[in-house]
Amino acid sequence: MRKQLYNVGAILKGLSITFRFMFAKRPTIEYPSVKKQHAPRFHGLHELRRYADGKERCIGCELCSSACPANAITVIGAENTPEDRKSPGERHAARYEIDELRCIFCGMCEEACPTDAIVLTPRFEMSDYKRGALIYSKDRLLVPADAGVGAAPDERPNGIPGDLGRVAEIKSTTDIERGYSATNRGEILKKQTRGLAILPPQREDV
Amino acid sequence: MPDWLIILIKSAILLLVVVTTFAYAMLAERKVLGWMQLRPGPNRVGPWGLMQPAADAAKLILKEDLTPRTADPLIYRLAPFISLLTAFSVYAVIPFGASNAGVWAIGTPNAGILFLLAITSIGVYGITLGGWASGSKYPLLGSVRATAQMISYELGMSLSFIGVLLLAGTTSLDGIVSAQEKWWFIIPQFVGFIVYIITAVAETNRVPFDLVEAETELVAGFHTEYSGLRFGLFFIAEYVNMLTVSCIASLLFLGGWNAPFGILPMVPGVVWFILKVAFFMFFYMWLRATLPRFRYDRLMAFGWKVLLPLATLNLVVTAIIVAFLGH
Amino acid sequence: MIAFWILAVIMLGSAIWCISASKPVYSVVALLLHFAALAAMYLTLNAEFLAVIQLIVYSGAILILFLFVIALLSSGVASFSVGPNRLPRIAIPAIVLIALALGFFTYAMGHAGAVVPAAQAGSPLGPVGTADVFGSVNDFGKALFTSYLLPFEITALLLMVAVIGVILLAGDHAPYVATRKHAAEVRREMREAILREGRQ
Repeated sequence: MRKQLYNVGAILKGLSITFRFMFAKRPTIEYPSVKKQHAPRFHGLHELRRYADGKERCIGCELCSSACPANAITVIGAENTPEDRKSPGERHAARYEIDELRCIFCGMCEEACPTDAIVLTPRFEMSDYKRGALIYSKDRLLVPADAGVGAAPDERPNGIPGDLGRVAEIKSTTDIERGYSATNRGEILKKQTRGLAILPPQREDV
Repeated sequence: MPDWLIILIKSAILLLVVVTTFAYAMLAERKVLGWMQLRPGPNRVGPWGLMQPAADAAKLILKEDLTPRTADPLIYRLAPFISLLTAFSVYAVIPFGASNAGVWAIGTPNAGILFLLAITSIGVYGITLGGWASGSKYPLLGSVRATAQMISYELGMSLSFIGVLLLAGTTSLDGIVSAQEKWWFIIPQFVGFIVYIITAVAETNRVPFDLVEAETELVAGFHTEYSGLRFGLFFIAEYVNMLTVSCIASLLFLGGWNAPFGILPMVPGVVWFILKVAFFMFFYMWLRATLPRFRYDRLMAFGWKVLLPLATLNLVVTAIIVAFLGH
Repeated sequence: MIAFWILAVIMLGSAIWCISASKPVYSVVALLLHFAALAAMYLTLNAEFLAVIQLIVYSGAILILFLFVIALLSSGVASFSVGPNRLPRIAIPAIVLIALALGFFTYAMGHAGAVVPAAQAGSPLGPVGTADVFGSVNDFGKALFTSYLLPFEITALLLMVAVIGVILLAGDHAPYVATRKHAAEVRREMREAILREGRQ
């Protein structure tokens, strides 16, 4: 009998918890209309950078291609000619293609590049209707000639790409200071049981 | 106006009201479930997602209506309509307000509560036949479960009614509500109320008694093979049944359109009734967000070994008290 | 009267469908239709309570168990297997019986007085509101628990006997044990019996 009563109590307790959660703060970010602020070094779509004089940084060395664990990068290099110098060195990339469907966005290409030509930007919205459209070739990867040089990850201000629209004001789920997005459920729950006090970011992992 | 025309107009209005209620009950359920799970719920279509039911309806209508090759075509097509017919025809006898002039009800038969029981007991055919006629294993299992579950819990449900009938001394819903002007029957019939609430959840196949469509075991139970509008009909029937049992709970145990403690006499009775029904609908959603599903053998044991004896005991005690003390 | 004819046609049609259907489930559906029409017929005769009980007991409980068994046996999809045609052998007795029954009914109708005045069957859509009309819940209940109490109780007893019989026939075959101590003894005896005679 006591056990049965205990079970009834457990049901009532469960009901009270769900009822309380109905009025709790929701961590949802309504994505297409509100966007999340990414960490500065977020690994998104690739970009081929230029030097300040407009020359391409890429020298067609194929180190990125061999570093790529997913075999997503195809580079075919060619000699620079005196009439048409595409890059400061002897060679440039005649073709540079990345299959974004194969890419795992690990950033190994970025690390392998001797001239800091290939970088990963925080842009991540690149869905398309056709598979072929997701093989990005040089014309889409290279920073346009009139758009500056492209930013290295270290130079980016907090990693907010310019085309992202309204950025979510996220106080509870993203800890920018920690350098990565943390949708940390445990943290949210802790806050709710203590009212709505905002916990200081935990720093032991830095 | 001739009688039949009035009845026809009332039925049309009621049909409209019930279908609209269904649409927004569905939206409300998704919203409430969302909130309880720290989600916002549907909010893309229209302001606060208010046009979501229209979008869902359009989607269901445009979907392909599939019939499996192994299905029995006649019964497969018939089953959703049986569900829908029984779900709606109950509203012929439910009074929504003080019906002295018959304004708030289509019909007020003497055996109203029995009529309700009769119609709801036929409702199980839609599920059973639909599951059987799909000609595939999960729906069959779902429908066999549905049959056993609904028959078992119908007993407890009927017995929980009888205590109320004894106290009210009538089987007409109108009479039962007017007998509760002073005391709602939830107070003298608390055990009956608890039994009714539990069996009502089981009768409508809702969480935690949704073994009929247990998606973790049976894909979608009896309506696994149904698609498009036919699935929609089952869906409507489920929500309309929810609404029905909420109405019955308000009528039988919460005093129908009587205001609590006679407060606020200027508020029309139908408002109180709607509030009470809305509370029960919310309670359903609340349960769904809270409780996990029963195991099948425990469901059966609970129905036969706990609820049925409890309801019988309640009935016997009520009968003794009524016999010695009068109503 | 119109309602009667419509219902009569439905009832006859569904009854014929029920016995001639090729699949068991169709028979159940036909029978369901038949019961529904029968309940409606009771309503037109002012027998409100009987109509409702017809639906609750027959359609809601008994027929659904038929369906349950058919669905469980999964023979529902298959048609009845076709055996030898026995129609010629039963045709003559059937016709004789029908003729006898019809003759009996005509005789009885001719000699009996009017049982229920037709005027009492108020509105064709069923009685509304009034408490004590013929066939209402009050009327039915009073008759059942006063004049017909003994037959009612005897029927209840019969049904109880049937239920106990079913439990004995189909219940699980574990021996009946009254107490927990006794249960332990029974278990030990069974264990020893198995050890003596080897596993069955």
